[in-house]
Amino acid sequence: MRTKYISMTALTLVAGASLVALAGQPPRPASGSISGKITYTGTPPKMKAIDMSKEPSCVKQHPTPVTTENVVTGKNNSIQYAVIYISSGDQGSTAPTKALKFDQKGCQYIPHVLAMQVGQAFQIINDDPTSHNIHPLAKVNPEWNKSQPPGTPPLNAQYPKAEFIPVKCNVHPWMHGYFIVLNTSHYAVSDDDGEFSIKDLPPGKYTVTAWHEQFGTQSQDVTVAGADAKGTNFVFKAVPY
Amino acid sequence: MRGTRWNRWAGVGLAAAVLLCAGAASAQESHVGKYSGNAKAGKINYRRYCIGCHGPAGDGNGENAPWIDPKPRDFTAAVFKCRSTPTGTLPTDQDLYDAVTRGFDTTNMPPWMPLTVVDRVNLVAYIKTFSPKWKSDKAGAPVEIPAESPVTIESVLHGRELFQKMECWKCHGPEGHGDGPSAATLTDSKDRPIPPYNFSTGTRFKCGNTNRELYRIFMTGLDGTPMPSFADVIKPADAWDLVHFLRTLQPLVTPEATVWKAWVTTHGNELKPIGPEQAPGVGQ
Repeated sequence: MRTKYISMTALTLVAGASLVALAGQPPRPASGSISGKITYTGTPPKMKAIDMSKEPSCVKQHPTPVTTENVVTGKNNSIQYAVIYISSGDQGSTAPTKALKFDQKGCQYIPHVLAMQVGQAFQIINDDPTSHNIHPLAKVNPEWNKSQPPGTPPLNAQYPKAEFIPVKCNVHPWMHGYFIVLNTSHYAVSDDDGEFSIKDLPPGKYTVTAWHEQFGTQSQDVTVAGADAKGTNFVFKAVPY
Repeated sequence: MRGTRWNRWAGVGLAAAVLLCAGAASAQESHVGKYSGNAKAGKINYRRYCIGCHGPAGDGNGENAPWIDPKPRDFTAAVFKCRSTPTGTLPTDQDLYDAVTRGFDTTNMPPWMPLTVVDRVNLVAYIKTFSPKWKSDKAGAPVEIPAESPVTIESVLHGRELFQKMECWKCHGPEGHGDGPSAATLTDSKDRPIPPYNFSTGTRFKCGNTNRELYRIFMTGLDGTPMPSFADVIKPADAWDLVHFLRTLQPLVTPEATVWKAWVTTHGNELKPIGPEQAPGVGQ
């Protein structure tokens, strides 16, 4: 399998070198994908209503009170904001140049969990009429803490090392999110139906890991052979506290 | 002939040895002014004077730590409050030396001036052995502090506006009493409660008591605490105005307080209170 892949790459390279007209990189045989669903069994903890009364400008932005987001569940026991990534196997390409966005709106982080690659640029935006301080509690990466008053330009940031970093705002203690910095470019965050899909995977053997901030991590081995490895599901055991 | 070859090999060996030492020892050394510190020498004094609070592993879990608040610094995290360098960067050796020398007012950390300069520089070198970050990362470039603007009532009043606009009062309180709406919920990076500075106590600031050092706090932030850096969002001239206003919140005789008192006695009723934006007509 592997030898075949290497020899094919070599062939492509030779062909590419001999044909001067053929510019650019050899095409990566990346046709496979891994998809599935994140669900729970048991009783998940009830999310608490957030009292934003100390920040009237944020109260105004929410017609209905918002709750904490450490366990966001949907239909059929699905779980949102789980991060699914390739922990072993092809690690993909270097980070795309387009910056990701992390918004502060209504005294909440959007998205609640931002997954990114090592060295990938991202922008932190304040869309509120109040000041926030962005305080990612990094341990391996540098720990910084910056104020962002309303109307100031986006903050540009990136992390040089892989780490799962909790993010908080000290002014608004209910604000809580995560920066998930990964070595791989193959990752996904589960959507509001708990579904995810990791695309552009070359055929091969992989270890897929799913992480959830409350329920921990799970891994399974998946072989991708060109087509979609559907049904790579993860079931977390939920406890109500 | 034989001699030259021998010399050549010796030279190569020596160069390699020097390179190896430089690589391995850089994190074990410190440089403050004309002094160079050595971790091995620092360890002796660390084990005598510092270990009781900061612990044998430098993680802040010494045997006295449970009875101390604020807690002793955890050197393994390599996160420091008092720096001359931007938020998220390592402090300079001089910063660490200044911290050991100055101590931290209102904490259990005394000034270590009884130790000789060389002893303190050696301690800095030893403190840097507790985290691998001192090998992988470089200290940040110190933030530039421009010359202080004159203390005028305009400067103080503008500083007061910024205190409102930058929302300093959310933690430090409308009158700087450390009782803002967010004060009670503040925690440090280890999730331990931490109070914002209360200006009405008039105690010395932890990172030095000059106006320059107060200015520096806005620009560097106090890493590991809720106090953020304002370096990207406040202009130098504005920061000096804020410094001048903050001095008026302390019950001290300062040039700023004198200017302020003279003005307030005649204009006090013109001031809008600091705090949440109020609907027109309310509180007037």
